[in-house]
Amino acid sequence: MRKVCLKSMAKLAAMDERVVFIGSDITKRDLEDFSDNFPSRFFMEGVYEAHIVGMAAGMALCGKMPYINTIATFLTRRCYEQVLLDAGLHKLPVRLLGSGGGVVYAPLGPTHLANEDIAILRAIPHMCIVAPCDAEEMARLMPLTLKWPGPMYIRFAKGGDKVVSRPDLPFEIGKGILMKDGSDVLLVTTGITTQIALEAAATLAGEGIGAAVLHMHTVKPLDAEQLIALAGRARAVVTAEEHTIIGGLGSAVAETLLEASVAKPFKRLGFPDVFTEELGSQNDIMGKYGISVDGLCSTAKTLLKIS
Amino acid sequence: MSAALDQRALEQRLEILKILEFSRRGHIGSTFSLLEIVRVLYDDILRIDPKNPLWPDRDRFVLSKGHGSLSLYVNLAEKGFFPKDELFRFCKFNGILGGHPEYGVVPGVEASTGALGHGLSIAVGMALAARIDRKGYKVFALMGDGECDEGSVWEAALSAGKHKLSHLTAIVDYNKMQSYGPIDEIQSLEPFADKWRAFGFAATEVDGHDVDALRALFKSLPLDPGKPTAIIAHTVKGKGMSCIEGNPSWHHKTKITDAEFDQLYADLGFPRK
Repeated sequence: MRKVCLKSMAKLAAMDERVVFIGSDITKRDLEDFSDNFPSRFFMEGVYEAHIVGMAAGMALCGKMPYINTIATFLTRRCYEQVLLDAGLHKLPVRLLGSGGGVVYAPLGPTHLANEDIAILRAIPHMCIVAPCDAEEMARLMPLTLKWPGPMYIRFAKGGDKVVSRPDLPFEIGKGILMKDGSDVLLVTTGITTQIALEAAATLAGEGIGAAVLHMHTVKPLDAEQLIALAGRARAVVTAEEHTIIGGLGSAVAETLLEASVAKPFKRLGFPDVFTEELGSQNDIMGKYGISVDGLCSTAKTLLKIS
Repeated sequence: MSAALDQRALEQRLEILKILEFSRRGHIGSTFSLLEIVRVLYDDILRIDPKNPLWPDRDRFVLSKGHGSLSLYVNLAEKGFFPKDELFRFCKFNGILGGHPEYGVVPGVEASTGALGHGLSIAVGMALAARIDRKGYKVFALMGDGECDEGSVWEAALSAGKHKLSHLTAIVDYNKMQSYGPIDEIQSLEPFADKWRAFGFAATEVDGHDVDALRALFKSLPLDPGKPTAIIAHTVKGKGMSCIEGNPSWHHKTKITDAEFDQLYADLGFPRK
């Protein structure tokens, strides 16, 4: 996913002369096309995230469209004020490409995890937040970013994630994708919880339970219309995200449904109000907190009162 | 000793006092310490077009020290970026001129500032955009001395030095007073000019109230064709009104009394009407 995104940057630069790439001391891999062909628009800068976000805003104030890449946690938390004020308040087309959203960097420990990136960025007016589920979806997203007027955060998954997105289902920023229909429970996902939910839906189908999977690659602006329609005809709603349950996808779904008076049995799957301090793998940590096929199936059945 | 104020400096201060009579609030000390720097830039240096504030080839001035906004507003209004009437809605609900300037709201304001330590990074980005586009515009960022406590200022300085942005000038309003008290008691910056030199700048010092010296210096830029410039402008917080000069209680006032206004006008040498 990272590879597809970064490799696509050279194509974007060829399509649109506003495009500038800024890396914060990241690996050279996958960037040669850009640096070789567009050297004046390629910047490999130091490890000073606050500065590069402000710098990108300055470029954008002069007509550029900067794409910044570094580790998600440092690109969102360290420089939050620059993201909020310099990119957000000025309503600028700055793109934040966050490597390793959620617990991708599990073996590196809690300092490298981005479990609250979506929550803190959702609070910024005009901020668009997209978490593609696989590399092919990332490839569909990138050209569309040229048309988006304001700031945008793109959350990278681990890479090598199973491809489940489909070319026959239209991809549009701000529109959820109904990956699978089903009448009993609605599973709402973002990023790679979509793969988990599709597996869970297959398992539930084997038990005679119909599960719909709504992939919300764009957490903000949320596709409220589709969510309300699908939740309205479901008997229960479960959200799943590789993120704290505070302020992320589950919160956005809950807020939207309650304010639309769609009150169904409801549960958010995600990290509870704790620091995830476990090591191991992404799947190890997600599994511990029930962000798994088993976790989704049992949660759905509990809400549907099926034992 | 700081330079004596000329007639225009006194008149601009009088205008600001009149605005303050309506708002009854503002960062008064800073407004008067950086006024001559801003005035000389707008009078003699910046290539700008008030009728076309977003002219792509214009020079950019970023007031990183956003709390000095009144000095900027007075000069923008004089140049015709917006009607002077607007000045008398400073900080008011129906006005556009806030205690800190806002981009996209106030014509001629290049960046929304107020949170300290942002402007130099934004200015670096503007200077890099000029280089990408092979345009000749210059970029100026004016910071406070207390602002230079922010780590992000030095991140931006590292970057400006690396990119050898000779069309970028960082100016520091070195009035030597923070909100609580003297810089040297809260967080000394010395050796200040040498710090900028160590980060890759050509640095110099000037009397920030001496308009002839400021004009000559700005016209001589860049100091080094291969480096960004840092100008340490020695100023007096509250310059022109002896009752507030160097007095930290005038850093930010939320309620200025009639008696205080009488004193301010008297110090400036104009009767209060």
